[in-house]
Amino acid sequence: MTKTTDTTVDTTKVSTAPATPIVPLPSAAARALAVAGSAVALVGTFLAWTWTEEFPGNLTVTGYPGGLQVLTLVGSLLTLLFAVSGYGVKGLRWLTPGGTNSPVLLSALGVLGTTGYALGAISYELGGLVNLELGAYVSGAGALLAVIGALGLPVDQPYDPSDPHPHLWGRIRHALTAPEPARAKELPSWAEILVIAAGFGVGLYVFAYGIGTEYSELFIGFLIVTGFGFTAVTRAGLLKRLSALTAKHRNVAMAAAFVAAICFPFTQTNDQYALIGANILIFATVALGLNVVVGLAGLLDLGYVAFLGVGAYAAALVSGSPQSTIGVQFPFWAAVLTGALASLVFGVVIGAPTLRLRGDYLAIVTLGFGEIFRITMNNLNGNSGPDVTNGSNGIPNIPDLEIFGFNLGLSHSVLGHELTRSGNYYLLMLLFTAIVVLVFRRSAESRIGRAWVAIREDETAATAMGINGFRLKLLAFALGACLAGLAGTVQAHVSYSVTPEQYQFAGSVPPNSAFLLAAVILGGMGTISGPLIGAALLYLIPAKLQFMAEYQLLLFGVALMLLMRFRPEGLVADRRKQLEFHETGQLDVPEDKSLPEGATGVAKAGA
Amino acid sequence: MTTTTTAPTSTAVLDASGVTMRFGGLTAVRGVDLTVNTGEIVGLIGPNGAGKTTFFNCLTGLYVPTEGKVAYKGTVLPPKPHLVTQAGIARTFQNIRLFANMTVLENVLVGRHTRTKEGLWSALLRLPGFKKAEQESRERAMELLEFTGLAAKADHLARNLPYGEQRKLEIARALASEPGLLLLDEPTAGMNPQETRAAEELIFAIRDKGIAVLVIEHDIRFIMNLCDRVAVLVQGEKIVEGPAEVVQADERVIAAYLGEPFEGAPGKEEAAEVEAAEAEAHSTTEGDDK
Ligand SMILES: Nc1ncnc2c1ncn2[C@@H]1O[C@H](COP(=O)(O)OP(=O)(O)OP(=O)(O)O)[C@@H](O)[C@H]1O
Ligand SMILES: [Mg+2]
Repeated sequence: MTKTTDTTVDTTKVSTAPATPIVPLPSAAARALAVAGSAVALVGTFLAWTWTEEFPGNLTVTGYPGGLQVLTLVGSLLTLLFAVSGYGVKGLRWLTPGGTNSPVLLSALGVLGTTGYALGAISYELGGLVNLELGAYVSGAGALLAVIGALGLPVDQPYDPSDPHPHLWGRIRHALTAPEPARAKELPSWAEILVIAAGFGVGLYVFAYGIGTEYSELFIGFLIVTGFGFTAVTRAGLLKRLSALTAKHRNVAMAAAFVAAICFPFTQTNDQYALIGANILIFATVALGLNVVVGLAGLLDLGYVAFLGVGAYAAALVSGSPQSTIGVQFPFWAAVLTGALASLVFGVVIGAPTLRLRGDYLAIVTLGFGEIFRITMNNLNGNSGPDVTNGSNGIPNIPDLEIFGFNLGLSHSVLGHELTRSGNYYLLMLLFTAIVVLVFRRSAESRIGRAWVAIREDETAATAMGINGFRLKLLAFALGACLAGLAGTVQAHVSYSVTPEQYQFAGSVPPNSAFLLAAVILGGMGTISGPLIGAALLYLIPAKLQFMAEYQLLLFGVALMLLMRFRPEGLVADRRKQLEFHETGQLDVPEDKSLPEGATGVAKAGA
Repeated sequence: MTTTTTAPTSTAVLDASGVTMRFGGLTAVRGVDLTVNTGEIVGLIGPNGAGKTTFFNCLTGLYVPTEGKVAYKGTVLPPKPHLVTQAGIARTFQNIRLFANMTVLENVLVGRHTRTKEGLWSALLRLPGFKKAEQESRERAMELLEFTGLAAKADHLARNLPYGEQRKLEIARALASEPGLLLLDEPTAGMNPQETRAAEELIFAIRDKGIAVLVIEHDIRFIMNLCDRVAVLVQGEKIVEGPAEVVQADERVIAAYLGEPFEGAPGKEEAAEVEAAEAEAHSTTEGDDK
């Protein structure tokens, strides 16, 4: 991991000779300023930021950072590490295999952002700057100095020769870019696996911290720090290194991800947070199912949530709920099969006539069917139709599951950790997520998956290559429906009741068709981790920021537009898109077959 | 002009009879009969808009012909593209239609679709045959990439290939379906002379594999070098068919290319003039085939 840093440092020096940094400082002074600034910001977090405990997070104690101070602390520590690594300090060089200075700038901006936000929030909520104490000014000034210092550092890559003197905005944007890291030196397998495990451990910790944030100020600070921190780590080339490793040890990485996910409920003592986790998993699993339909086969389905509904209703009807009109109680496995099968049948019934349509028509028809499902569930109430679903009352009182004598409705003590009801369902849902991940991966990497992608790329050419377009599209549609139905059977139990209003096209509670599609697009179409990450973000942000519930859809729209403008491929780029970048970077470089090309070349969807 | 006619007992691979295609009032193809025998390379030429691509689309089931039938090795084909490919006719497109965001290797693997059987269950449960079939497909695909000289680029995205190589990849992808007849729609359009020469060699090599070839091309020299037989389509009708030299000298063909009614054509124009007209036609060849 450490091999290439010297060259990176050298090239930065060479390439930046003509380009003056944004803040004209000698680079030694700039770096010293960045180091000093982040150190000062760090010290400030140990001092009191305000005098009263009215602002949440206990910011009044000297010598013990709390709440938003912790975020500033973490951010400035990261800045400090990146800045010091720029000196070429031996043990730290591995931190910056890609860019050296852009990570400093990014993490410094993160510190400035979260500290500035904290100071603003304190002054605003408590009524005036007088409520700030010394520590707040120290950290704020430190953050500012660090950013100024970072702006004085030479840029990581030379300016585009076609535009060697961009304007200020262009220069700032350029200062945030960095070259790709060179290939890492191979470590022994166990060390690489350890790195993967550490990576997922950090991921789990950050995620659990985000879910566990207790007040919205902390969550906003968290978003700022993780947003900038994540970009900084990406620019430093660490993410690329990690994804190369996960691509190489794919199964290990998958296992590590699931172990980390299993650990999650044990880190939560609060049932409410475990419930968020379980709901995120449901949302994410359905999004991944939709990714088969949209991401692989390219069929725009705007009514996908109906399949979740079919599964949930089917499971609710056979759950033994006193309000169920059928009044039978299937064992869980049979209920799961019923739900999945019902969704499958529904998928085929809807798909068979509509999949002969192309593009826009399909989207409109599926949108219509999604609404028809909801309205039908509303009308099967004994008045406007036969009584099957109790209309808008839905089917409440769905009993908790009992699997092998293990009652999922009760808290259990496992290895000294309390596992709450939601924790139980979280783990059950995780099993289903694992199944869906496996189904996605295996189908994507097969003759069928290739045929789907071919149809997505060019349906006419695909049929001319011998692919029965209609049949394969129906297969994708039905498989997607079945996976959503599977998730629905668990959802019915997690939420105690199913009502038609849970399955809308767009609403404020996430699993709805619009948000599902957004999760897929935001995360990255055709990948596994993309929709999972996208769903987690799309669930967590509205859940944590309830004070702006009214503006939620507006903000959501703005966020999507920004994303499409700046990162159209989604947060996680498809392997093919990765390959594209990889290739354009390599076009004039001779083939280098001896190195572990497979690391990126064989990286399959979503690694 | 290397090895021509190596078909001692020539049986018809393709037998199209009375193919007619009307779009509303326009008759793009009118009662065309055409046979291609095993081991043959047949050329299909004609001015722009003559209906060549439309004829191909009728053969491959992309269009349902208004009249006429298409038979492959004696059996009449249903007008469904995937069934036509399944039967053994593969094609390339005039305006390249690769799967742009798939790798070169994956493109060829998609071409293997009809020759492999692994369904969804096999993929999900990784049934015993799955690995083996996948492995075999990959080997076959790599062989084809070697054959067309693209093996070194197997992991590149199709869209990043240079133009000439994209055309070759289309051929490799078509060959992957193990066809008995290959239909090539202007395989050298946009190629430089060396690339065109290489394409000729490639087509001969394909014929030597026992695959009959029907090729649309505007480059008359290419057709002369390559084809055992040439059919000329003008305004949807086949006006002449025969050996390349004969067709080239035929006054009706010359007239058609020069845009004069053939009755009144003096008939003394030479092949050179045809070529001149041809070159002009070539330079304005950016059609759409569907
Ligand atoms: N789908 C369609 N609908 C209506 N008219 C069509 C359609 N496809 C082709 N045509 C018409 O049929 C005629 C023949 O077109 P075609 O593309 O077959 O010509 P071509 O011989 O391949 O020409 P080129 O040498 O330019 O490729 C043209 O007049 C064209 O406009
Ligand atoms: Mg044409």
